[in-house]
Order: sequence, then C-alpha cells, then structure tokens
Amino acid sequence: MNAISLEKINIGDTLPPLALPPINRTTLALFAGASGDHNAIHIDTDYARKAGMPDVFAHGMLSMAYLGRLLTQWVDQRQLREFGVRFLGITHLGHQITCTGSVVDRFEVDGEQRIKVEIRTSNQYGDIKIVGDAVIAL
Amino acid sequence: MIDKKHIGRQLPTFLATAEAGQLRFFAKATGETNPIYFDEQAARDAGYPNLPLPPTFLFSLEFQIPSNAWRDELGIITARILHGEESFRYHRMAYAGDTLRFDVRIADIYDKKGGALEFVVRETRVTNQHGDHVADLRSVLVQRNS
Repeated sequence: MNAISLEKINIGDTLPPLALPPINRTTLALFAGASGDHNAIHIDTDYARKAGMPDVFAHGMLSMAYLGRLLTQWVDQRQLREFGVRFLGITHLGHQITCTGSVVDRFEVDGEQRIKVEIRTSNQYGDIKIVGDAVIAL
Repeated sequence: MIDKKHIGRQLPTFLATAEAGQLRFFAKATGETNPIYFDEQAARDAGYPNLPLPPTFLFSLEFQIPSNAWRDELGIITARILHGEESFRYHRMAYAGDTLRFDVRIADIYDKKGGALEFVVRETRVTNQHGDHVADLRSVLVQRNS
C-alpha cells in the first residue's frame, strides 16, 4: 500500500492533489442514485428554480466524497480517525473541483502518533467551496 | 420556526446494510480509481474481508431511515435546506454486507440572523452486527427562511 511513515511526514507537507472533471448533470444524477440522496434540488431544474436557485447544483456530499478520495489515495482508510468539513459555497454545474490538503499538526493520542491535515475543495476560479480537516494515525 | 422542544429527541433506531453493488455504483459516481472500493479481489488482497465502505458512505446509509416523518414534525422544508457541516469519527471499518445499526438523535436546534437561518444538528452512532462501535456522525442542516 501507499503507507506513509512518521519519519517522512512534516508539518507543511502537502497531499497529492485530486483534480476532478467538470460537474455536469450526469454527475449529479449518478451521485443522487449512488448516494441515496434523492433531493430533487440536485436533479430537477424546475424544482431548483422554484426553490430560488438558478439551476441544479452539486450535493455537498459529492465534494466530501471527493475529499475522501484525496485522503484515501494518500493513506490507507484504516488509518483515518476523523474527517469533518464545513460547506462554504455551492458547487455549480461546470465547476471543476480540485481537492488539496496539507499537514498542519502532529500529536499523540492514547499512544498513537497522529497527524492533522487541513483539506479543501476549490473550483477553477480559485473559489473555496469546502474546508475541513482529517486526523490520520501513522 | 423549528421548535427547540425537539432538542434531545431520539429517532427510531434502524438497521442498514451496504450492498456490494451499491458500493460499486458509489465508486463509479465519485470517479473512484482505487480498485479496493469496487473489486472484491483487490479488497481482499489489501487485507479487507469485503469491499470497504468509503469514508462518507455511512451518511448514505442514513438515508435508509424508514421514515422521514421527523423532518415534517420538526418543520423542515426540504426545498430550503442546505448542508452546513458534516463530520465523522471512526472507530472501525465497515464492509459490504455488514448489518449496521443507526441511533440518531437531534442534538441541537438554533437560529441565526433573527431566524433567517435555522440549524438542526443530528448526531448518529453507528454500531455493527457484533455490537462494535463503528463511527459517530454529526450533521448540520441549514434552513433558509428568507
């Protein structure tokens, strides 16, 4: 596996970024079905407009799933202890999301060495959409 | 206004299982390229007993709650809600075929901007068929009233 070791990790290290293709309606339809989130605001333009939105938009949890991929392409999921995000802005159709992260802390809990990474998604214009962090055991 | 009397309310406990086919569909929908998430043999080669649930999939299983009546009872209007925050604290992995138990509680209800924004915080404890603690979820929904 792509195991990381304590010796090699330093605060300030960055995670290999994850670049996604632009969000389109198919992305959202597939994610609605796959994730079980059938809220019409993500798949039905008429419904979204009635709700005051310009169009359908991406599920927050789609972007969080992308951030999950950012983490698990870097470390084994069995090392993941905590993963949390705040949804700051809406990810719209056409947005091209990139997930990035960096190591911000290193500490010990119950004899286990852990690191904290700050993670975020941003679109092609540099707008940050989601920020969060994850705790990973080494 | 969402009535704060619902703070502390426990929703009916339910069981949910992630089927392998659903996990493969989720992998496709999220562009997953790591085969341990969609190929059983690759998962076993990596030391997993079956396809693992990816980090956010427990949130998807929570949609299997048998009734959404609690949303109406609280006064949540689906067209007005946004997801504010989500977090997971993991204790052990979960796999395709596990029977997972969801204990969901309304942990908090509050508002900002004079009621223009209302927040409902849900806390969910997930245990597996062996009674082992799998994870805790915390979800914040935001309702826009203006």
